[in-house]
Amino acid sequence: MPNLEETYDIVVVGAGHAGCEAALACARLGMETIVFTVSVDSIALMPCNPNIGGSSKGHLVRELDALGGEMGRNIDKTFIQSKMLNESKGPAVHSLRAQADKQDYSRQMRRTLENTDHLTVRQAEVTEIMVEDHQIAGVRTFSGAVYRAKAVVLCTGTYLKARCIYGDVSNYTGPNGLQAANHLTDSLIANGIEMFRFKTGTPARVDKRSIDFSKMEEQFGDERVVPFSFSTDPESVQKEQVSCWLTYTNENTHEIIRGNLDRSPLFSGAIEGTGPRYCPSIEDKVVKFPDKNRHQVFVEPEGLYTNEMYLGGMSSSLPEDVQYAMYRTVPGLENVKVVRNAYAIEYDCINSLQLKPSLEFKAIRGLFSGGQFNGSSGYEEAAVQGFMAGVNAAMEILGREPFVLDRSQAYIGVLIDDLVTKENHEPYRMMTSRAEYRLLLRQDNADLRLRAIGHEIGLVDDATYEKTLQKERDIAAEVERLESTNVGANARVQDFLERYGSTPLKTGATMAELVRRPELNYFMLTEIDPNRPELPEDTAKQVDINIKYEGYLRRQQQQVAQFKKLESKKLSPDFDYSTVGSLRREAVQKLNQHKPASIGQASRISGVSPADISVLLVHLEQMRHGKND
Amino acid sequence: MHSRKTTDTIAAIATAMSSSGIGIVRISGSDAITIADQIFKSKKAGKTLREVPTHTIHYGVIQDGAEVLDEVLAVVMRGPHSYTAEDTVEIDCHGGVLMMKKILETVIKYGARPAEPGEFTRRAFLNGRIDLSQAEAVMDVINSSNEYAMKSSVSQLKGSVSRKVKKLREDILYQIAYIESALDDPEHISLDGYEEELLKVLEPMIADVEHLVRSADNGKIVSEGIKTVILGKPNAGKSSLMNVLVGEERAIVTDIAGTTRDTLEEQIRLQGITLNVIDTAGIRETEDVVEKIGVSRAKTMADEADLIIYVVDGSCPLDENDAMIMELIRDRKAVVLLNKTDLEMVVSQEELAAKTGQPVIAISAKEETGIEQLEQTIQGMFYEGKLDFNDEIMITNVRHKTALSDTLASLKMVRQSIYDGMPEDFLTIDLMDAYEQLGSIIGEAVEDDLVNEIFRKFCTGK
Repeated sequence: MPNLEETYDIVVVGAGHAGCEAALACARLGMETIVFTVSVDSIALMPCNPNIGGSSKGHLVRELDALGGEMGRNIDKTFIQSKMLNESKGPAVHSLRAQADKQDYSRQMRRTLENTDHLTVRQAEVTEIMVEDHQIAGVRTFSGAVYRAKAVVLCTGTYLKARCIYGDVSNYTGPNGLQAANHLTDSLIANGIEMFRFKTGTPARVDKRSIDFSKMEEQFGDERVVPFSFSTDPESVQKEQVSCWLTYTNENTHEIIRGNLDRSPLFSGAIEGTGPRYCPSIEDKVVKFPDKNRHQVFVEPEGLYTNEMYLGGMSSSLPEDVQYAMYRTVPGLENVKVVRNAYAIEYDCINSLQLKPSLEFKAIRGLFSGGQFNGSSGYEEAAVQGFMAGVNAAMEILGREPFVLDRSQAYIGVLIDDLVTKENHEPYRMMTSRAEYRLLLRQDNADLRLRAIGHEIGLVDDATYEKTLQKERDIAAEVERLESTNVGANARVQDFLERYGSTPLKTGATMAELVRRPELNYFMLTEIDPNRPELPEDTAKQVDINIKYEGYLRRQQQQVAQFKKLESKKLSPDFDYSTVGSLRREAVQKLNQHKPASIGQASRISGVSPADISVLLVHLEQMRHGKND
Repeated sequence: MHSRKTTDTIAAIATAMSSSGIGIVRISGSDAITIADQIFKSKKAGKTLREVPTHTIHYGVIQDGAEVLDEVLAVVMRGPHSYTAEDTVEIDCHGGVLMMKKILETVIKYGARPAEPGEFTRRAFLNGRIDLSQAEAVMDVINSSNEYAMKSSVSQLKGSVSRKVKKLREDILYQIAYIESALDDPEHISLDGYEEELLKVLEPMIADVEHLVRSADNGKIVSEGIKTVILGKPNAGKSSLMNVLVGEERAIVTDIAGTTRDTLEEQIRLQGITLNVIDTAGIRETEDVVEKIGVSRAKTMADEADLIIYVVDGSCPLDENDAMIMELIRDRKAVVLLNKTDLEMVVSQEELAAKTGQPVIAISAKEETGIEQLEQTIQGMFYEGKLDFNDEIMITNVRHKTALSDTLASLKMVRQSIYDGMPEDFLTIDLMDAYEQLGSIIGEAVEDDLVNEIFRKFCTGK
């Protein structure tokens, strides 16, 4: 039977947050790319929370931006409120979070995709992957059309065999009633890919007109907005913002929930997928934390041109009537009208241990994947993986080295290393505590860390890169100046110190020494620092952080140096660990199963002991000497 | 081609420790000579190890500040011509086990870190000092010694110490998880006023760790002593003997809650020598030890023991149980006790000595005669160097002490950071260090403890 057949360099399956970044990265690297979506109207859809960023996720977005991704620029165009979280804490945990106008976010991303050279957007359901001799050959769609390609990037999100559930109502649809993808799983399994079934959920959307905001606390955005993208002019994002609202559940709410647990599919066993612990439904919270007599509910706008409000904190899969009853016990929601029910969603995803650190399948050359399909959760986690998978698909075709970030370079590195190294039984979410070198991996220095790499890949242009280099030089020069500028114990200085409750000087001190004092900082010292050069605010901030936390930063840099030693010792994917004498049986089994890319990665596999690592090190040396001799 | 890399400097006691022999403390790594110079004072005024030629021996004393510890010989070997191919200093000392330990501690105080088991060998191999044909053997050594060290360092820990360390870790982890969940979800969990709360729990923690460090100084955290097993057929008088030894006024008895499943040790101190008598599945309750624990267990215990005390019932003829035990103690360190001299004897001292090749002492556990002679015999064996301490124990103790001191420093750093008004996320860095150090003492890895604790204890998320 004759059928449509086309050839591309790269096929991207799915146009959610992972798919969009993958497709854009590939096309921008000059690859002829086609991206498939079950609905062109749902490109970059935000089916759950109406915001981008937040603790550690904000870091991911900024890193992605520094490397040349799109998410940061897109949210800068479409945010309606912005907040820097954790401002009172250390710089490592400051995190940007912006409320998005969801429709606008989708629209802007779609516009970008549609106007990118080398990129074709296509609405169709991909039902099969074509594999020839462990090498990807292309995909087939529901209609039977064949798209040949050198690489395929799977970003199917939560759509594979998706099922939405609340109470005893269950629909075989993707999020928001969109068409599920029911065929691809079978093709993946037929090609030897191991699948998991995960579960997540989303709260209800309610009608703004039915809410009594006078009973809630208003939550404002920041007065001075910091943009997500390093390329966005800070002045361009100072605009009027909309508010979010805070209210609380109470014992009445919890009573209703407890009284209807038998009707919850989570507890009745109707849901078999594994849900995330960090994103519990309200019924989970009530059961797990019986001592808490109230839980927060954040009421957040879904956009400027809709009355829908998102009930953050009340994700649920209880039946419709119970949902109504529990919402109406919450102050401000007494007469609330629901637009969309809260629901739980189950979907197929992969065991991500099947992937290399480049996000390519170990067993199928040219097949890459990113996003929720890999067992993660969240728009930001998805976007960065899509980007990395897309770049690596292009690198492979271009015959360049795989692009891998390690745990000391970026949260992106931590995220992917965790996914491809550790057993994962729930949708994986980024957390700052997962990053060992958190002090170095700040959101404020993502450009300094990663711009050069983005430039080398080819997704950051020369002019942008030059700006980062200039910033680097300015920081170094100013730190140097402060270290060598002496402050005398004169009356003006003593008066200054006294005013800020700081011990007076006995002899002289350098400006840097004063910056290091807990009660002072770089900005305060302007007053007694007449020769200070005019620096952009973000540059000045780096100067302050670099001097103030120097001791801690150096400590982490030393740890990183140790870490890099093991990371740089590469292991072959073809190596058979049973040939190494002295390795314990459990270690042989785990190592053969994981085929780690480096000794460093091997050391993070559970079941591999430090003694096993010593044995491996010796073995590696032995091989090396053997070759040389 | 050899490139000389900078390596951290490690130290360990390199010879088996006995109370009589000369011991060597070996230091290897980039700073080996610098560290040695800080504590070694040559008898020739002004001579420093930095200046001496390689492969030379120097006479002097080891000093920690003003305190002179011991007279020693220091051997300087510059890399790559040393065992590890790194700069190496060996300190030959003769002041006994405790002195060696003290010197090792001083070396660590001045910047070396305790070597992992097999680490010298590993370095020697990685630096190309060991022939390739030996590689397989080296790997076996590394593997077995690592596993042995982990096992022994944990099992040597006293029950009370390991319980304390576990409790401290739990408390620290809870605090880290609290801070982290608040950083992760600042809108749900607030840190307002938290630092005062943390100070309140921090003070007792610091006091506890200080107490542990002091205990480690006194050698009280690991059960040091001669691992002793008492064997004998049913009714030979093992429990009476045990009770005599334990019951004597001059014997100090401590119950050591076993960290392994089924053994309980009694610690008995005999004029300066400590015996850790393994109460084989309740030696004091039942006489039928060999029958109860089985031949293979008895053999395993004999293998692990530093000293076997074999009790013979002299009032009845030797039987197949005795034959089995005599087989077992052949070529091992053992003392044979001919018990029940208060009754009519059918077994003679000479016969036993001939059959076992071990010293035989006639006693009556019932009338408490011959006990003094037993003590003197054991003492003699020890001082003649026939009985060794398990040398891992000393090293383990030093390692534990280093970990405890580091824990203490980390906790004090947390306190200082609070005083300095550092943000909360800096506190978790030192808390995590303390948590990991304590973990290394009880042999527990970190893995995903923190993330699990956050989810278990704190209600976060959308």
